[in-house]
Amino acid sequence: MAEIVLDSVTKRYAGDTLAVSDLDLDIRDGEFMVFVGPSGCGKTTALRMIAGLEAITEGEIRIGDRIVNDVAPKDRDIAMVFQNYALYPHMTVYDNMAFGLKLAKTDKSEMDKRVKEAAGILGLEEFLNRKPRALSGGQRQRVAMGRAIVRNPQAFLMDEPLSNLDAKLRVQMRAEIARIQDDLSVTTVYVTHDQVEAMTMGDRVAVIRKGELQQVGSPTNLFGQPKNLFVAGFIGSPSMNIVASRLEQANGSIKVNIGGQQVTLDDQATSRRPDLKSYAGKEVIVGIRPQDLEDASLASDAPQHCRLRAKVDLVEALGTETQIHFAVDAPAVVTEDIKELAADVGADQLQRLQERAEEGRNEFVAQLDPKSRVKNGEQVELVVDTSQMHFFDPKTSLGIYGDGK
Amino acid sequence: MAYAAERLPGEEKKGLGGRLSRFLSKGPLHVLLIGLALFWLTPSFGLLITSFRTAADNSESGWWTVFTEPRQLTLEPYKKILANDGLITAIFNTIKITLPASVLVVLIAALAAYAFSWMEFKGREWFFLFVVTLIVVPLQMALIPVARIFGIVNIFGTVTAAIVFHIAFGLPFAIFLLRNFFIGLPHELLEAARIDGASEWQIFARIVLPLGMPAIASLLIFQFLWTWNDLLVGLVFAGENPPITVFIQQQLRQFGANLEVIAPGAFLSMILPLIVFFAFQRYFVQGLLAGSVK
Repeated sequence: MAEIVLDSVTKRYAGDTLAVSDLDLDIRDGEFMVFVGPSGCGKTTALRMIAGLEAITEGEIRIGDRIVNDVAPKDRDIAMVFQNYALYPHMTVYDNMAFGLKLAKTDKSEMDKRVKEAAGILGLEEFLNRKPRALSGGQRQRVAMGRAIVRNPQAFLMDEPLSNLDAKLRVQMRAEIARIQDDLSVTTVYVTHDQVEAMTMGDRVAVIRKGELQQVGSPTNLFGQPKNLFVAGFIGSPSMNIVASRLEQANGSIKVNIGGQQVTLDDQATSRRPDLKSYAGKEVIVGIRPQDLEDASLASDAPQHCRLRAKVDLVEALGTETQIHFAVDAPAVVTEDIKELAADVGADQLQRLQERAEEGRNEFVAQLDPKSRVKNGEQVELVVDTSQMHFFDPKTSLGIYGDGK
Repeated sequence: MAYAAERLPGEEKKGLGGRLSRFLSKGPLHVLLIGLALFWLTPSFGLLITSFRTAADNSESGWWTVFTEPRQLTLEPYKKILANDGLITAIFNTIKITLPASVLVVLIAALAAYAFSWMEFKGREWFFLFVVTLIVVPLQMALIPVARIFGIVNIFGTVTAAIVFHIAFGLPFAIFLLRNFFIGLPHELLEAARIDGASEWQIFARIVLPLGMPAIASLLIFQFLWTWNDLLVGLVFAGENPPITVFIQQQLRQFGANLEVIAPGAFLSMILPLIVFFAFQRYFVQGLLAGSVK
């Protein structure tokens, strides 16, 4: 067990493609660190550099107190779980797990004990004599985990280990991996493009975009105080509603224009973001999480100055919550960050975003209490939790906070 | 795949009737295939019958007459040829050439192919291209210069000379074949082994070799057959220790085929290649990589 330090790590491929640029990160001993970002953002490259499978162009990686830049993967004392498992197809499950120990010339009884122990943790006892081809996807995934566990390494590196499983199994294995990591408290670096996985599993999450680290922090920290528009849009499901707006100051309080409507920020919201005052009268980008909108009929005591009215386009009742989609007559924001996030969802998402920006409208999602009786096509009044609203500078895309955050 | 098909629902329920109708629907194809196989086998079969007839019978009538006069069949030619020291020595010479020539080619080619597919070194692609280009060099072109070189190092006419020549001309194709197979192995497997602590040699011996068995087995069989059946190289370089092909060729007379030596000799020389083929054909399995990567 050890801490992993990345010090200005850069990876440049031939032809000057920058895969990872100037990455600084301290991964603490025993921590579960998740690298998350859209596909092609360099998160896997970063992981492979820690593993030693990819050379480091510039900078330094330390595992424990050893600089490992020039240390071969086999001497780094790490274990890795691959996206496609990479099980040795000609070996039994037992031999797959014991392979590393055999190479390390581990004592036979010790090896046996460790393999059996790992098999016990993962529920693989009855499959030890099978070949990987006779296992299901979930079982193969467990074997890949087992191969990492038996080595008792300084760190686990996991490269999207759950992406090949079906949704139900993924949720189950997600919890299982988190539990195992917690039990063993081995420093873990986990790469995923799924922000739900990142948020549920990570002690801390590092959001990476185009090879650059955007923000590192606990899941609540990323969710509550996104450093910039990219993190704000990437973290959270359904994703944050983002809209161009203008702030106005009247009677000492700040009013936010959302399309033709206005909400007033209360003192609590302004005191959390002292810098907001200097944006009075200026353009800003406003973000409202779907979770921070509620059906006004269920919150009748909410003040009038933080309500929005809209016509419901679509109701999705999920039982645990009701999601509604509605149009807002303010233009969608199209910055580089937003475009990239939309492109990550799909090409048509990007196109729709651009159409909406041109037509000066935007589509919002609200996540309401399931008790809400809202119907398709009805007018609805929504309450905005103004203390949870997010503000970003339209030029820099950075969040507006003002207390050093 | 095989037992997935067996388990298809309703397959067994059809019973005898179903099986019969299936056989009948495929009948014409089967008849055609069996006919082709028989046609292809006829010359070999004729040679086999010939090898069991005396020289006198062979000169008087064709081999097909045994069907009407089966008493022609005799073990005499085999007894005679096995009593001939020349043939036994020739078979041993062939073994002495073929075994090292095929095993060494496979071994060296596997090592080279591993390096060409999985080890980084400068000019790897160009070097590989160069090796592959060597496939087009006709070996006839090299006979005289190589004979001179062998004369200088004083191995001309020996078994060693034939072995060295076979290896040299077998390698380019062998490297080409194995490299193309190895490079298709999922790189994550090698990376996993590397992280598990394996050295290059251990990755080669414990991951790549076992997984490369289908390609290695086919290469071994081909190389074995080529060297075993070779006449030219044996004739030129191993003249003082003639392999079986050269020996049989020497039995030909100017005005006669000497069939009672050639036919049984040919069949005796086929035994070992057949054994090799059946020993290694079980490695021609598909789906060796199943379950490794998703």
